[in-house]
Amino acid sequence: MQSNVNPTAGLGAQVLAGSGGNQPLDLSGVRTRRLSEQLIAGVLFLCGAVSIVTTVGIVVVLVSQAIAFFLDVPVLDFLFGTRWFTAGNNPGYGVLPLVAGTFIISGIAMLVALPLGLASAVYLSEYAPERVREFLKPAIELLAGVPTIVYGYFALTFITPELLAPILPALRPFNGLAAGVAVGILIIPLVASLSEDAMRAVPRSLREGGYALGATKLEVASKVVVPAAFSGITAAVILAISVAIGETMIVSLASGAKPTSSGNPLEGMQTMTGAIVSAFSGEPSRGSTSYVSLFAIGLLLFVLTLGLNVISQLIAGRFREVYE
Amino acid sequence: MSADATYGDRISTLPEPASNLPARELRARLMSIVLFVATVLALIALGVLIWTVVARGWSWIRPEFFTNAPSRRPERSGVGPAILGTFYVILLTAAFAFPIGVLGAIYLEEYAPRNWWTRILRINISNLAGVPSVVYGLLGLGIFVEFFGFGKSILSGALALALLILPIVIIASQEALRAVPPSIREAAYGLGATKWQVTRSHVLPAAMPGILTGTILALSTGIGETAPLLVTGASAFLTSTPSSVFDRYTVLPVQIYGWSSRPQPEFRELAAATIMVMLAVLLVLNTAAILLRRRVSRQLRW
Repeated sequence: MQSNVNPTAGLGAQVLAGSGGNQPLDLSGVRTRRLSEQLIAGVLFLCGAVSIVTTVGIVVVLVSQAIAFFLDVPVLDFLFGTRWFTAGNNPGYGVLPLVAGTFIISGIAMLVALPLGLASAVYLSEYAPERVREFLKPAIELLAGVPTIVYGYFALTFITPELLAPILPALRPFNGLAAGVAVGILIIPLVASLSEDAMRAVPRSLREGGYALGATKLEVASKVVVPAAFSGITAAVILAISVAIGETMIVSLASGAKPTSSGNPLEGMQTMTGAIVSAFSGEPSRGSTSYVSLFAIGLLLFVLTLGLNVISQLIAGRFREVYE
Repeated sequence: MSADATYGDRISTLPEPASNLPARELRARLMSIVLFVATVLALIALGVLIWTVVARGWSWIRPEFFTNAPSRRPERSGVGPAILGTFYVILLTAAFAFPIGVLGAIYLEEYAPRNWWTRILRINISNLAGVPSVVYGLLGLGIFVEFFGFGKSILSGALALALLILPIVIIASQEALRAVPPSIREAAYGLGATKWQVTRSHVLPAAMPGILTGTILALSTGIGETAPLLVTGASAFLTSTPSSVFDRYTVLPVQIYGWSSRPQPEFRELAAATIMVMLAVLLVLNTAAILLRRRVSRQLRW
């Protein structure tokens, strides 16, 4: 390994060179070097602090604009109102239809991702031979690498017309079901890989105890490993829900821009994230109520996902101390 | 479970092992097939996705597609401005995110004392990684577009994107730095090097391949991002090419969004062709990152 340390720059080198013992150490360069070291440490600290500044920035921007919004529209009207219609003469700023859309689509996504993700995790962790696993695991990770806009396109132009419409005649061109399925496919790798990590962390002794008592592979997997990894799996699921809630482009393309009034997944619906994006496509005037209303949604979204992420981390922290 | 007097009782109450073992074994074998199919189902979905996109977009890939600008006539439309915009935005994003991210990681790994403040920093970074991308768009709108007055420009979009991918760069760089053995640092300190000399000349070069891999992956995430750029003002229908960082712009995913939102089938096919271009760019980037990672694990012999 090439060393770029200038041997004459360090005091240590002087110690080595002055082995005769009658030369005093030359301390003249130390002051400038200490100053430049402190300067560098300061710059590094600032770079590290950028993340704090980012969080503060997010909170400040969202809260300040949300306050401007709540001066116009009472908080309770926002949180519990059932009409979201920002254009026109009689606007409504009730966020419930958007929240309903978000949770319906995220719910459908979890219905898809949970069984498939857990099944993949169990298969990869308990059943698959090492070579198969080395191939399948990165292949599943590929799913997470596809940009979400591509999933949105897929939901809009394939899932709805080719896959779902033939079996569900009441399906509308823009609907929540296709968006939910696409979001589900998107988060399968997240559920699979985090659950698999949790399962692999279960000590072998527990499995071997099960086998020794005559259990089959399936019984060990379902009655020993999965319950032991339960908190890790729960943390994974909560994180996946948080990602599904924050998903924007799939729902923008596939479920349309009309907030739901019926909760029917076969019809179009709009989520919190979709409302923000579709409003900005229309270039709302700055400072207007409809403009700041989007920051209020953003604040709700931020608090929701942050809460879920924190809960997920707390639960994951719990599962480390379960075993010994 | 107490391992004494009651143990014998428990053994005597276990069910006869051989009674339904064949049935249970069969169920286990069937289940392994079911689980395998469930695992592969996701991959099949991916395959169908790629196949649909290629089938629809293939006929539109021709040289003019890469140089033309979008137009009302599908046959005259192209992704020239979008490719250029993606290139500019990613370059600018990297220029912000790479230095700040790497230097921040160096601070966290090499310089910061192990106390509560650093713990808060780390928790903060992992929380930021989980914030929805559209919220970063709102952040960019409030701070860069409005407060700093950069407007709906490449600069605003790139800054918002840089903040979005910063946690990824920091976390990946931290792991790369952590992988450098302490002996390297201690040897340099032993020769009288200062902290920055140790970091800059020994630790950083050793960690650089891992840092670059992480940065490339973070940038490829940024290439596919649509929501934050839409909110900070990327245009879905732009015919001119930007000439400065303060100009309006478009990027590949926003172009896909714009065309997909149109009902006419030709525009949907154009969107598919654009998706092919974007996926090709991502493929090249990710392959470079994987090759880089392979080279690292082969070269490094501590």
